[in-house]
Amino acid sequence: MKEQLQKDFKNIIESLTLSQKDIEIKKFYLDNFISRGFPNRKEEDWKFSDLKQIINKNIGEMSFYTDYTTTNKVDTSVYVDGLEHNKIVFINGRIEKIDFDYEKKDQIEIIDQSETINKFNNTNSLSDLNSAFTNKSFKIAVKKDYQLVKPLIIYHTTNSKIWSKNINLRLNFELSENSCLRLIDLYSDNSEKNFLNIFYNFDLKKDSILKNYKVDKFKNKNIKYSFNNIEQDKNSISETFILSSGSNFFKNEINCNLNGKYSSAFVNGIFSLNNSNHHEIRTIINHLTENTKSYQLIKSVLENNSKAVYQGKIFVNSNAQKTDGYQLSKAILLNKDAEFNAKPELEIYADDVKCSHGSASGNLNENSIFYLMSRGLSYQQSRELLINGFLLDVVEKITDPEVKNLIKNMIGIKE
Amino acid sequence: MDNRQKEIDNLKDYKYGFTTDIENTRAPKGLNENVIRFISNIKKEPQWMLDFRLRAYERFKQLKEPDWQKPKYPKIDYQDLYYYSAPKSMKDKPKNLDELDPKLLETYKKLGIPLQEQKRLNGIAVDAVFDSVSVATTFREELTKQGIIFCPISEAIQNHPELVKKYLGSVIPVTDHFFATLNSAVFTDGSFAYIPEGVRCPMELSTYFRINASKTGQFERTLIVADKGSYVSYLEGCTAPMRDENQLHAANVELVALDDAEIKYSTVQNWYPGDKDGKGGIYNFVTKRGLCKGKNSKISWTQVETGSAITWKYPSCILKGDNSVGEFYSIAITNNHQKADTGTKMIHLGKNTKSKIISKGISAGSSDMTYRGLVDISTKATNSNNYTQCDSLLMSNKCGAHTVPYIKNKNSESNIAHEATTSKISEEQLYYCQQRGLNAEEAVSLIVNGFCKEVLQQLPMEFAVEAQKLVGISLEGSVG
Repeated sequence: MKEQLQKDFKNIIESLTLSQKDIEIKKFYLDNFISRGFPNRKEEDWKFSDLKQIINKNIGEMSFYTDYTTTNKVDTSVYVDGLEHNKIVFINGRIEKIDFDYEKKDQIEIIDQSETINKFNNTNSLSDLNSAFTNKSFKIAVKKDYQLVKPLIIYHTTNSKIWSKNINLRLNFELSENSCLRLIDLYSDNSEKNFLNIFYNFDLKKDSILKNYKVDKFKNKNIKYSFNNIEQDKNSISETFILSSGSNFFKNEINCNLNGKYSSAFVNGIFSLNNSNHHEIRTIINHLTENTKSYQLIKSVLENNSKAVYQGKIFVNSNAQKTDGYQLSKAILLNKDAEFNAKPELEIYADDVKCSHGSASGNLNENSIFYLMSRGLSYQQSRELLINGFLLDVVEKITDPEVKNLIKNMIGIKE
Repeated sequence: MDNRQKEIDNLKDYKYGFTTDIENTRAPKGLNENVIRFISNIKKEPQWMLDFRLRAYERFKQLKEPDWQKPKYPKIDYQDLYYYSAPKSMKDKPKNLDELDPKLLETYKKLGIPLQEQKRLNGIAVDAVFDSVSVATTFREELTKQGIIFCPISEAIQNHPELVKKYLGSVIPVTDHFFATLNSAVFTDGSFAYIPEGVRCPMELSTYFRINASKTGQFERTLIVADKGSYVSYLEGCTAPMRDENQLHAANVELVALDDAEIKYSTVQNWYPGDKDGKGGIYNFVTKRGLCKGKNSKISWTQVETGSAITWKYPSCILKGDNSVGEFYSIAITNNHQKADTGTKMIHLGKNTKSKIISKGISAGSSDMTYRGLVDISTKATNSNNYTQCDSLLMSNKCGAHTVPYIKNKNSESNIAHEATTSKISEEQLYYCQQRGLNAEEAVSLIVNGFCKEVLQQLPMEFAVEAQKLVGISLEGSVG
């Protein structure tokens, strides 16, 4: 892999116009990655999902360089109907379109940051990989007091032109005081055997609100890793919803720092897995100051020999008194080969706190099925009804009505 | 005068902190093959036992000390320890208690464990381990009548080699982790109990461990085998003198329960916790593992952990037999600069296996407490159940309480439920108690005892009273 990395790195450097200093920084990250490699199960954070093994099994040899000089045709059929929205379209990792048609032009600033490499608050080797190989990186800044009229949908599309490739993306968001952004990440893939490595950084200033919905619904054979770093100032709110379903492997990581008083973070997630899918959500909520709040709810429905992993950590600093932290994960295993692993962790250094977590996993309740069948539903119908009800609980947590409907339609939950 | 006052004050904190001035036989300092041969030789062990030790030592040399635990400690120099220390008077084993060194008798009397049987509360047989040797075992005749073997493990190696050979290392193999392997190589003494088929042990069996010599590690090994349909309840207590240095205690405890057998293992651990500034104290790195080998067997661990500078242990159950049951009840209290990283592992292998974990952690002062546990239901463990509850109570704003459970469910017909909470004693509860005439300290002690009740209930009666007092003492001065 080392030769491949060095060769591809050379190509990347040639295709970009970088200063000598930046090349050196990128080189530094490359060397870091070469010495560390893909994370494996020996690392505590990857204990349940050995990425190295998964990549070997699903992809094998991989190349890290993609030619971004030619444009791809935007396939408008992937656009979401029935919801007016702003768009950013990535095709095979190349930004093809940025379009804020519905917004006031002077309230949103898009800054090309490709030439400045900012460090990420992440210690795993994938951030090194990302820093070494990203070719374009943008910062999207929402101005003070501006609330976006329409949600922004980021389309992560891939097509059959790429094969056995590693794609690295990186975006920075800055939400100024009292601003609001609704962001939907929509993954749709027509490709196979690629590894997507996505890094987002959100900077939430005072009173701002971020709602991020990640939807991985469509079936595909790619491997994905997504990392969200969220910095929150006073009174800010972040809401993250993850629908984890389509890809062969997907690990979503959320690292949230509650830096300001009265800030709060919500993470809700659904695993709806089939076949031999293997997905993971890992959250770290750092309560760093007084009166902060976090709430997490993760529900899984696992069929065939799928595997879901939830690692959630609530950290409470010694001066973060009056913290309220809550975390619940529930899983239904529908098949005897399905597997659910959880590591709900509390690390608490302050005494005046209220923190709790719960985790439960098991089968569908036979009594409930019996009850429904005795009222005339077939076994299949009862099962669906119960599963829908189980998942609806999480979908109902979505605070945005438009997006809630969109997601309900997507997973076919009827009320 | 000042010094004397200080001494008295110290004793008030930890009343078992005295040392017994007694002449010792020691192994040469350090860890090498010769020391292992020395230990084996002094214990007059057969060749197979020496081979067992050497095999473990070979393995130990390849292992690296683990460092993933939460409480960090300065590196231990394993060459700067004595691995064997015994009172000189024990060289030729006294035949009965009358021949026992009066100094030893005195020590145990001070600890509240009178060895003379007539003075003993009826119903508990004690094996007293002093540094590296077992000094006395009481009530042996009465137990022998029932066919129960209860003796120091060094005697068992000589008198019941077939049993020891069969079960020693069957739960904790010589190739286990760092500290377990170290123990396999250098273990000195400990207790052995065998309950024959269909026998319900008529009294509580108990071991009392005492570290006395300085610069010595204690490595005892306990092996309890409950044959088909038998029952035994076993208690373990421990204390050590107050010293400025940290002493290592790395014991191995193996339990084997065959078909329909039940073992109940209770520990009240009160090693010296170090002084108020965190100086001295015992490193309690213990490996405890029970194997529910047969059908319908049951192993239950109950522990009250109040002592030690660092406690690092996970009493575990391997539920191999169908319908077997594993239980774990724990109270861990840390005060001042104590640190604890403790919990359990429940490994479900057989069908219809059940496990229950109740863990209560209380941290005060500048201490740090971690619950770390594993529940693993394998693909074959159909219809298994686990229930886990771990609650933590924080009593100061300088302490920490952490929960790190690992939950693995690989079987759709099995259920796992896990709950954990962390909080402080609520103002309302305190207010309610004080309103009814209790002072602050009494109110806290009442609430804490209520918090621990579920676990204290599991202890045998005499122990429960002791443990309740211990809970009170450990938290003294931490209110306010």
